[in-house]
Amino acid sequence: MSALAPTTAAGTPPMTAPTTPSRTRATSSQAAPKQPARTPLLQQPRVQRVIYPLLVGVVLIALWQGLVTAMELPPYLVPSPYLMMQTLVTDWVPLGMALLVTLKITVLSFVVATIAGVLISFLFVQSKLIETALFPYAVLLQVTPIVAVAPLIIIWVKNPTAAMVVCAALVALFPIISNTTLGLRSIEPDLQSYFKLNRATRWQQLVRLRIPSALPYFFGGLRISSGLALIGAVVAEFVAGTGGSGAGLAYQILQAGFQLNIPRMFAALLLISLTGVALFVLMAWLTKLALGSWHASELSQD
Amino acid sequence: MNDTESASYALPPQPRFTVPAVEVLSAEKTYPNGTQALLPVDLSIAEGEFVTLLGPSGCGKSTLLKMVAGMLEPTDGRLLVWRKPVAQIDESGRRMAFVFQSPTLMPWASVRTNVRLPLDLAGVPRKEAEERVAEALELVGLDKFASALPRALSGGMQMRVSIARGLVTQPDLLLMDEPFGALDEITRHKLDAELLDLWRKKKLTVIFVTHSIHEAVFLSSRVVMMAARPGRVVEQFRIDEPYPRSADFMVSPQFSRYAKTLQDSLLRASSAHDEVQA
Repeated sequence: MSALAPTTAAGTPPMTAPTTPSRTRATSSQAAPKQPARTPLLQQPRVQRVIYPLLVGVVLIALWQGLVTAMELPPYLVPSPYLMMQTLVTDWVPLGMALLVTLKITVLSFVVATIAGVLISFLFVQSKLIETALFPYAVLLQVTPIVAVAPLIIIWVKNPTAAMVVCAALVALFPIISNTTLGLRSIEPDLQSYFKLNRATRWQQLVRLRIPSALPYFFGGLRISSGLALIGAVVAEFVAGTGGSGAGLAYQILQAGFQLNIPRMFAALLLISLTGVALFVLMAWLTKLALGSWHASELSQD
Repeated sequence: MNDTESASYALPPQPRFTVPAVEVLSAEKTYPNGTQALLPVDLSIAEGEFVTLLGPSGCGKSTLLKMVAGMLEPTDGRLLVWRKPVAQIDESGRRMAFVFQSPTLMPWASVRTNVRLPLDLAGVPRKEAEERVAEALELVGLDKFASALPRALSGGMQMRVSIARGLVTQPDLLLMDEPFGALDEITRHKLDAELLDLWRKKKLTVIFVTHSIHEAVFLSSRVVMMAARPGRVVEQFRIDEPYPRSADFMVSPQFSRYAKTLQDSLLRASSAHDEVQA
């Protein structure tokens, strides 16, 4: 560091904050080379996070294409990536419409699950008694497989879209309840003492202390639930089969299966995967927005 | 020289016609499982005093402080602030502030919002609150960091924010629970000196908990020596050195004499316990 470099006769060097991290002071004995002011593009974590997975993806696709061509696998068994993309383009209209329907159900159920989950968490936090009484039933929600319950719900709820939303919301609900409740209870005890010392009302404690403390946990729950809402939407439609609205991606997969149109099935699967990734990225971005400036989870270097 | 008061619960002479700031009337704390955190304590603190509760871990000094603050209820006895029970301090028109061992700031909020918290909770109008926050930050020398987040500040600076938060309500009584314990020695000395400045400038009454003999001698006008197992007050000492106290005081012979007296008292208290055990 320049502060420890041998000084001139003027005495101790002035303590100035370095403006660029890598400018070194040229001493009389050697010429210090000028280092670049920014890290090279490939070494920035932001860029690495996109490039490296992309590289792996490209390698895997190339491998897949190579195997299919080399082993001359028939398209009704394993379509090549090229064929899959071709089918995606030709069948874009039905697949695109189906994607929209699945997306609509996913988003609706996610919003319903978030609102319901947060309200239930607020309720749980008001009284330990209520939480003790009702939490086991929340756990029941998580462990009951939706494939078993969906047919019942589809029969009970007349509107097919509403039935899907209910199923998907049930799947996505538990992580939000669990995480948000944990977060609302995870307040620093000294800080809580300080609020009590200042005679804070329950409302003030909720808004100024509990909710901000709960945000990291809440966003963790959102990240999990967004994917679950998608899974719930797809599974519900699978279970509904011909009894459902017949409009989503799962229905496309079922139809493609019946008609042995495997490339189309793959194309639909690809769309579902991409939707899942997009949802996750959206949640991660929201998390960074809310927590980026202050929480350890977003700030730690590794 | 220092006059030591050897009787355990001797009260210091009261200035006439003033209400004592804090009165502890045989308050004790025993937990349900039988642990005696604090034997009955009788203590009276006049306005404007800087009193230190000094003792090793487990002597009940934090317990006593929290009882004064109203954060803990005594199992027996009473505590009065300005002749009113602690819970009714608002009626006396006085205010009390508490500074914890750790800064205890809200990590999601800026320094300004953190310091403004007690005023927001009390419903003080925003404009007035902002003025008082600016004043408090200037007092502790952090006016340039008002928009920073706590994570951007060093430990010493975070502690100063906590102190600013304590001062923003313009308290009459300031309770501090080993506030500088987690800081390095250089920062600790600096903050000790700044605290004395604030005490005199704002005419506060301060009760300061510490386990450091040197800190106790440097800061206080009176030291309440406590011992552990069971937690109790053993002696009280007056530190007669006039204020303002400079860094020179810390290396003067009087300082060493005070320190030795306190040290001896501490040893007497722990050995007395050992004799009783044997």
